[in-house]
Amino acid sequence: MKPSQEQELWMYKHMLISRFFEETIEKIYMEGKSPAFNMANGPIPGEMHLSNGQEPCAVGVCAHLTAEDIVTHTHRPHHVAIAKGVDLKAMAAEIFGKKTGLSGGRGGHMHIFDPKVNFSCSGIIGQSIGPAAGAALSRVMQKKPGVAVAYLGEGAANQGAFHEGLNLAGVWKLPVVFIIEDNSWGISVSKRASTAVERNSDRAVAYGMPGEFIEGNDPIKIFEVVGKAIQRARDGGGPTLIEIETSRLAGHFMGDGEAYRPAGEKEALQKIDPIPLMQQRLAKEYGFSDADDAAIKAEARAIVDEAIQFARDSEYPAPEEAMEKVFV
Amino acid sequence: MSQVKERKLTIARAMAEAIAIEMRTDDKVFVMGEDIGELGGVFGNTRGLYKEFGAERVRDTPISETAFIGAAVGAASDGMKPIVELMFVDFFGVCFDAIYNMMAKNTYFAGGNVTVPMVLMTSTGGGYSDAGQHSQCVHATFAHLPGMKVVAPSNAYDAKGMMIASIRDNNPVVFMFHKALQGMGWLGTEKDAIVHVPEEAYEVPLGKAAVVREGTDVTIVGITSGVHHGLKAARELEAQGVSAEVVDLRSLVPLDRDTVIESVKKTGRLIVVDEDYHSYGMTGEIIASVVEAGVALKAAPARVAYPDIPIPFTRPMEQWALPSPEKIVSAFNTMKEI
Ligand SMILES: Cc1ncc(C[n+]2csc(CCOP(=O)(O)OP(=O)(O)O)c2C)c(N)n1
Ligand SMILES: [Mg+2]
Repeated sequence: MKPSQEQELWMYKHMLISRFFEETIEKIYMEGKSPAFNMANGPIPGEMHLSNGQEPCAVGVCAHLTAEDIVTHTHRPHHVAIAKGVDLKAMAAEIFGKKTGLSGGRGGHMHIFDPKVNFSCSGIIGQSIGPAAGAALSRVMQKKPGVAVAYLGEGAANQGAFHEGLNLAGVWKLPVVFIIEDNSWGISVSKRASTAVERNSDRAVAYGMPGEFIEGNDPIKIFEVVGKAIQRARDGGGPTLIEIETSRLAGHFMGDGEAYRPAGEKEALQKIDPIPLMQQRLAKEYGFSDADDAAIKAEARAIVDEAIQFARDSEYPAPEEAMEKVFV
Repeated sequence: MSQVKERKLTIARAMAEAIAIEMRTDDKVFVMGEDIGELGGVFGNTRGLYKEFGAERVRDTPISETAFIGAAVGAASDGMKPIVELMFVDFFGVCFDAIYNMMAKNTYFAGGNVTVPMVLMTSTGGGYSDAGQHSQCVHATFAHLPGMKVVAPSNAYDAKGMMIASIRDNNPVVFMFHKALQGMGWLGTEKDAIVHVPEEAYEVPLGKAAVVREGTDVTIVGITSGVHHGLKAARELEAQGVSAEVVDLRSLVPLDRDTVIESVKKTGRLIVVDEDYHSYGMTGEIIASVVEAGVALKAAPARVAYPDIPIPFTRPMEQWALPSPEKIVSAFNTMKEI
């Protein structure tokens, strides 16, 4: 199942929106944090986990989803939220802690919830899995269409919730697809040092589902493999586990010195940055010109700028609003 | 007499030093946790250990808290002395069975014939917009459950002495360290937590509170960040002509009720400060203990604790919800005299 030209352009554009968004957040995050780096300061305080390099995992999967499908994600959620169609203005405002944010500033960057497009995430490792299985179960029980996709990092595949959740989905043949974004690092601990098998996708046999490993951080390959898995889930064929080789081009979080990375690793990853590779592909396949590229980049940039401006211009909530929304 | 040179350390360095001292003298002591090896711990409290002791005794784990905390229970009962780190206390949700049903209860189940000499160290606290899954203290959640000691230092001197005492203790000890007191610049730094720390090994006994400031008009009781808020409030109250005594509990289990009761007998007024949630918590426990002891009070006791809400991300809401010196001063000024 090859993507159409239109789908490829959609993927490229959303990779660009995601990258521009992260680059902008990165800059603004550093405002007020120098000379002394203190997480509490600046317009965007707290932890910040950027998704640079992992955009193919977002677009290759979400190209197959509509708003009614469910996605659960992790502490590094921006790229997938963008590809899933989360309201970018409200997400940016949330990251700034503004009243116009998705939760009015209560959740922040690790707690992005947009029920309009069925997107949610959690900062606790492995906790994307149960909720996706449960949402898939709910669709089956309500006889409603839609599949669920749970994303996790390769580090999360060593968490109990992963194994329990996959078994549950396997034994009940739930319409859910598990996507592991394998960036080969869990903070400072490498996949090799933490994982007893080379590929987490091999673990699928233990849970009675197919397992696939996708090399090369390639949005097109991801589109093809995931497309089949999602179709199978839609057709009642049960869950699939897919592990995607991807790259973490940034630190684990902003402020990470990354001394644990082997020399040259990052430079090597920059050389296979998926965004210029996608641009080259579009040029080769469809004669996508430099002018076309400039136009799509300008469009992506404008979307990001508008969202960031909205966030900047929005008001902070009143402090006492902290007491609201615990119960509704 | 020889002059003792001042050697100011952060809590992070004091903890690492304490662990190193015990690892040098007792080869049963080892450390496990996420990013505690080469990285030296996200909060710096294992820095240098990997270099000195190597990967065999300073073990980076997979992100598998149930497995490695459960493993610590097994290793501890088999003659080892594990120190394990739960990176943020908020993560106890994924592994609590190993902690409260096994670590804390196995000795009792075995009629005292099995010991579990391990330390579970874990970070607490907010104030830097890390939101509701990375900012909690949950002091009472741990202290409520029998079978584990629960301690939490407010300065580097206590941190070193309490860590050494925790490692040497024959029982499981939960050692909580507050992120804002850790002395990691990126989390802000409470300067009063950085104090002189002697080079040699010493113990600060677990279960013994400290009167960190003497006073006669009101007793302010706190732990970790609450102690520093209390000290700052005491300085403000002094300007008002009020003499406040500040008690650092240092340990939630065992709880040194006597020191608190003695202090309130003297002052007749009590304010309890806690960054943990308001209801069913340490603040209520301290007030109940004083009231049960029949201490004559001049005013109704007050508490300054975290409201019963998940910790919000956005700065205005979070800062508003946190305990502060101003809230303590205002609690004093609005105390209902009896
Ligand atoms: C249960 C739990 N344990 C530990 C953490 C701390 N932590 C946050 S991100 C992270 C690494 C996660 O690695 P991975 O799953 O590969 O995701 P990545 O960061 O690479 O996107 C860890 C250990 C957490 N949030 N939750
Ligand atoms: Mg990873």
